[in-house]
Amino acid sequence: MATVSVTQRRVIAAAKKPVPVTGRFGAYGGRYVPETLMAALDELEREYEKAKNDRRFQARLEYLLKQYAGRPTPLFFAKRLTEKLGGAKIYLKREDLLHTGAHKINNCIGQALLVERMGKHRVIAETGAGQHGVATATVCALLGFECVVYMGTEDMRRQVLNVFRMRLLGAEVRGVDAGSRTLKDAINEAMRDWVTNVRTTHYLLGSVLGAHPYPTMVRDFHRVIGREARRQVLKAEGKLPKAIIACVGGGSNAIGIFYDFLKDKKVELIGVEAGGCGEGLGQHAARFRGGSPGVLQGTFSYVLQDKAGQIATTHSISAGLDYPSIGPEHAMLKDSGRAEYVPASDVEALKATTVLARTEGIIPALESAHAVAEAIKRAPKMKKSEVLIVNVSGRGDKDVGILRENLKLD
Amino acid sequence: MPFHFENKPVLVAYVTCGDPDLATTRDIILAAIESGAGIIELGVPFSDPVADGPVIQKASERALKHGTSLEQVLKLASEIREHSQSVGMIVFSYLNPILKMGMSKFCKVARHAGLDGVLITDLPVEEAGEYLREARKNDLVTVFLVAPTSTDQRLKQIATVSTGFIYAISRTGVTGARQQMPEDASGLVKRLRRFTKLPVAVGFGISTPEQFAAVGQYADAAVVGSAIVQAIERNRGHEAPAVAEFIRSLVARKS
Ligand SMILES: Cc1ncc(COP(=O)(O)O)c(C=O)c1O
Repeated sequence: MATVSVTQRRVIAAAKKPVPVTGRFGAYGGRYVPETLMAALDELEREYEKAKNDRRFQARLEYLLKQYAGRPTPLFFAKRLTEKLGGAKIYLKREDLLHTGAHKINNCIGQALLVERMGKHRVIAETGAGQHGVATATVCALLGFECVVYMGTEDMRRQVLNVFRMRLLGAEVRGVDAGSRTLKDAINEAMRDWVTNVRTTHYLLGSVLGAHPYPTMVRDFHRVIGREARRQVLKAEGKLPKAIIACVGGGSNAIGIFYDFLKDKKVELIGVEAGGCGEGLGQHAARFRGGSPGVLQGTFSYVLQDKAGQIATTHSISAGLDYPSIGPEHAMLKDSGRAEYVPASDVEALKATTVLARTEGIIPALESAHAVAEAIKRAPKMKKSEVLIVNVSGRGDKDVGILRENLKLD
Repeated sequence: MPFHFENKPVLVAYVTCGDPDLATTRDIILAAIESGAGIIELGVPFSDPVADGPVIQKASERALKHGTSLEQVLKLASEIREHSQSVGMIVFSYLNPILKMGMSKFCKVARHAGLDGVLITDLPVEEAGEYLREARKNDLVTVFLVAPTSTDQRLKQIATVSTGFIYAISRTGVTGARQQMPEDASGLVKRLRRFTKLPVAVGFGISTPEQFAAVGQYADAAVVGSAIVQAIERNRGHEAPAVAEFIRSLVARKS
């Protein structure tokens, strides 16, 4: 074709100046979904922007966080753990004390109120450890929505108590038998449901993953963790902490506690990924150790993948960290060096669970135990005058089956 | 560019490459061309096909089990081009395998293989800047999807950056055969035509001669995917003749 038509010239001009995109964290993030979902994401973004500036919405959110979920959560000085490790003063941010047992409820309440605003009545969600599924089932019961939760059958096996809790709360749990039958596969199936029923259904995504506006919106709903922690540590110690540690599955509890400390450049932010049972592809979920930039399930971030761009399988003893990609904002924080990311293995997480249980009388979720494991490595190398905050994102009740299998205490 | 839309509706045949293996895929495609398919969509299998129903999911799994890659699909394209100069041929892929190869390299190799264009399922126009630049450079058409949920504003945006043809999804949902074609489809095509003179293909759920003919009433082409993939699955050992027969049955009414 020798001559360039008017249409083609228009196309070339458009190609040079693509439609501006929002929802970027440096190079990461964006909105990579089938066209069918684009209008729904636009609607969600618009509603969320409106709600942010709506005092009634904010007042309702605050009321439910306080009177229903139990915020603020304590910042607890772990005296015996501090003494045992002999270094930094360790504080625990007690998200495990929230209603339903993990930080996940913060985001679920926020999104559920948006569902109400949008006039939708059906909510779907994915879940790995079952904590997000339980929190979703809970808010759906509270506000009277129909609720369907997708869960990999491997995760249903290892988090059987949470499956029952969801059903008790009136949710339908649909097992997903594809791939490695874990979190990623559950998200695929939830996205297929959403593509089909998008006109009536809200997808209540449980971490800072997926297409814009989810990573931003879910982060905002969890910011309350860091906002409280900052105020609490200043009150208790009169100074900021030296470091903050949180586990990173998708990254919602971590970004929630990190966010209000980002501007405090001296505060070290440490995310802990699942080191699993080895360093080979398929043996862990440490995206920053074995992954590279790619697109999975709506967002551009670090992804564990093979040479042909097929997504790798992952392994972790903790279902909530067992996922091949990571929230795009964490990818940006990693590249810029503002946050640091380290792995903790299955064995280290199990050990940390026992340590925290026996020094402080707190049984953490296996996800949170990864953060505790890093604290156990790091605190002894820090000065006694320095303060370390560990985000205990959830409690370990759901994990007693796995703990019992692995710890051989009977 | 070998897209011919004179004899409507054109049959666009989707095949998941590498199911059951690449040599068979090649035979299937040649048979499809022979029996009346005007455009071939070479489906690149992906580990996480969020827009696909069970039939194409399972086909992708089978293809990936023996390591079918984008690179191999592009090689297959050049083999098919050797056999047929006149068939239209596009790659149908999720974004990540293409990103892994590199958009620029992918577009070069695709053109070199004799492909006419590309459709990336999970790449909406907002994110398509680099893709559009590289595809234009290599003279590949950029096919985008429109959906019943696309607003008029989106249809307009999509029409602006589309070349070759536009692919209208007949209904909200994943790929897969359905008993009835929904009302959505013709209304969507009507809305879309206000913004474009490009030919429009309708797909998702077409599996019978009746549906094929019905789509021909308002669209320029009809895409048949899952039904072909299912014919492949159900006719182990004689896939190509089975697909040929199926395609002949679809286009038989066309005069
Ligand atoms: C207690 C707990 N912590 C952490 C996570 C990981 O998610 P995120 O990284 O989004 O906080 C989960 C997920 O299921 C969880 O249940």
